[in-house]
Amino acid sequence: MQIHGCALANKSRFNALTNKQSAFREAIYRFSTYRLALVGIVVIAIVVFIALFARWLAPLGPTDLSLEDVMSPPGGKYLLGTDDVGRDVWARVAYGARTSMIVGLGAVTIALLIGTIVGLSAGFFGKWVDAILMRITDGVMSVPPLILVIVFISIVGPSLLSVLFVIALTTWPTSARLVRGQVLTLREQEYIVAAQVVGVPTRKILTRHLFPNLLGPLSVVATFGISNAILVEAGLSFLGLGVRPPAASWGQMVNLAQQPDILLDKPWIWVPSALMIVITVLAINFIGDGLRKAVDPKSVR
Amino acid sequence: MLSGAVNRPTHTNSKIVRVFNFELLSNYFSLERESMFKQIVRRILTGVLVLWTTSLIVYVGLSLAPGDELSARLGPEVVSQLTDEDIQAKRVELGLDKPLPVRYGIWIGKILQGDMGYSSSEDSTVVDALQSRIGASIGLLVISMILGTLLGIIIGIIAAVRENTWVDYLLGSVPILIIGVPSFITALALIYTFSVRFWPHLPSSDMHSLGDESFGDLVWHMILPVSVLAITLAAPIIRYTRASLLDVLHSEFIVAARSKGISNFKVIMRHGFRNALIPIISIVGMHLPELIAGAVITETIFNWPGMGQLAVRAANYRDTTMVMGVVLVVAVAVVISNLITDIAYTIADPRVRLGK
Repeated sequence: MQIHGCALANKSRFNALTNKQSAFREAIYRFSTYRLALVGIVVIAIVVFIALFARWLAPLGPTDLSLEDVMSPPGGKYLLGTDDVGRDVWARVAYGARTSMIVGLGAVTIALLIGTIVGLSAGFFGKWVDAILMRITDGVMSVPPLILVIVFISIVGPSLLSVLFVIALTTWPTSARLVRGQVLTLREQEYIVAAQVVGVPTRKILTRHLFPNLLGPLSVVATFGISNAILVEAGLSFLGLGVRPPAASWGQMVNLAQQPDILLDKPWIWVPSALMIVITVLAINFIGDGLRKAVDPKSVR
Repeated sequence: MLSGAVNRPTHTNSKIVRVFNFELLSNYFSLERESMFKQIVRRILTGVLVLWTTSLIVYVGLSLAPGDELSARLGPEVVSQLTDEDIQAKRVELGLDKPLPVRYGIWIGKILQGDMGYSSSEDSTVVDALQSRIGASIGLLVISMILGTLLGIIIGIIAAVRENTWVDYLLGSVPILIIGVPSFITALALIYTFSVRFWPHLPSSDMHSLGDESFGDLVWHMILPVSVLAITLAAPIIRYTRASLLDVLHSEFIVAARSKGISNFKVIMRHGFRNALIPIISIVGMHLPELIAGAVITETIFNWPGMGQLAVRAANYRDTTMVMGVVLVVAVAVVISNLITDIAYTIADPRVRLGK
């Protein structure tokens, strides 16, 4: 299997001389040989589907209380039973998927934006700009993200948006370092120097040479960033510092398991959310591993 | 080479050799001391710089926080008893009427003197609150760090030695699973298994049973929280130990050692693991922030009276002064541990020590 893949990859490398698209195709091929990543994509597609169509999939609504059906077990009207105030657990799981996806994608988009701007300026301007920006990056990185997140939450108060922004504000250093490193190595490359000598404008060097080179590593960082953001959101909501009820969040639902009777006798309230967190994070990590292999063929395990 | 030199018959020759060796030795030491000293000084300076940046970030956060800075310093009850003129006088005395950079200077001066302000959620000074809780956190962290590292190294070695067998595949996939499972779910699973359902014996909250302050009771209460943190830390260490040891085991000097007939155990421990250990040191240091973040959640779940629980409670009360205090302590801890990691690394790896 492994050998077979290698042989094919080598073959397509030969084609790289003739085919313009083949570096990209080769990456896709390497990605597709990693089966767990394909499983991951299927799982994430399902989670995204649930998040997008939560309204149709869960007609009962995540905030509809029904005091007659408090903590009723799965079956009948409620697919997964109801929680401690009589809300449909399945609806809350579905809308929780929405929360997780919004936080994951939103936080990573903002973090990548900040990181790219900081990294580009540090790499391009060098000297004191670089020194100052990199010290700030070190400063942010020296405090555990969760602690820094708790600081900002204590200032702005817990809500979906504040969680999203705060995660972005604490995770941008990874991409900033990556972009800066990439700029610094590329600046030394002969073909970049040649392009500059020939008089290619900086904007064109950026778009033609830098961004295509960055795309691969950044996509890996972004993928793991999403799973990390989902974990941080779940952790914060678990601590009561994240998404506030009645809005639904997986971490918040697992939090109910801190009551002994729910932990012991009413697993339908917390187990589905716990499983969703684990499955989603694992699936995204598998995709990340696949991307890493696709981008950098040298890194095998 | 050395024994060859000693066995040389002529007197003069051996003298030359001895002088040469002496010079080499002194060279070695001076070079080592100089570059090591320089490196350590540079790292301490970097650490101070990082701390300063953190304090700046923290102060900007503090000044953005809602509420009056005077009540954050003195406590709201003290402020409410003052007259308006007294408040004005106090503001001038504490320098709160001055611009931000000056206020920052005064604030950092106060912190260096051990005055971090007043915590409204704890109803005491921040320093007192930190002092009463720092011990519990450090105990939990240090023990989990030691056990987690040992666990990770042992499992990693077993996986590497049994490369490409089912043992390896099983042990190798464990860390992938652990990294995907947040620590609060691990904690709940352990509580479910060992405190309430299958083997309900271990305590799931507090540091001591009521009225029992004995050491044995403390250890008994530590088992579950320490396990959660140790498992979290072990996951990356398993991966790196395995990869790092495999890297070494595939190199030529291992083949040479094996072909000399050295026993398998000796080859792995003496030649393999000693060389694989160096990257592991930095991995343990790198994952300390993660461990601290895990401790915040673990302390909250197990009602462990440490700084993490303090921070979460303070954040729930929007008590920014207290949270900032925790952040500063954590930042100092991370910087110091990075320094220790660097120095340990320097001692363990002669290539780093010699600045090559």
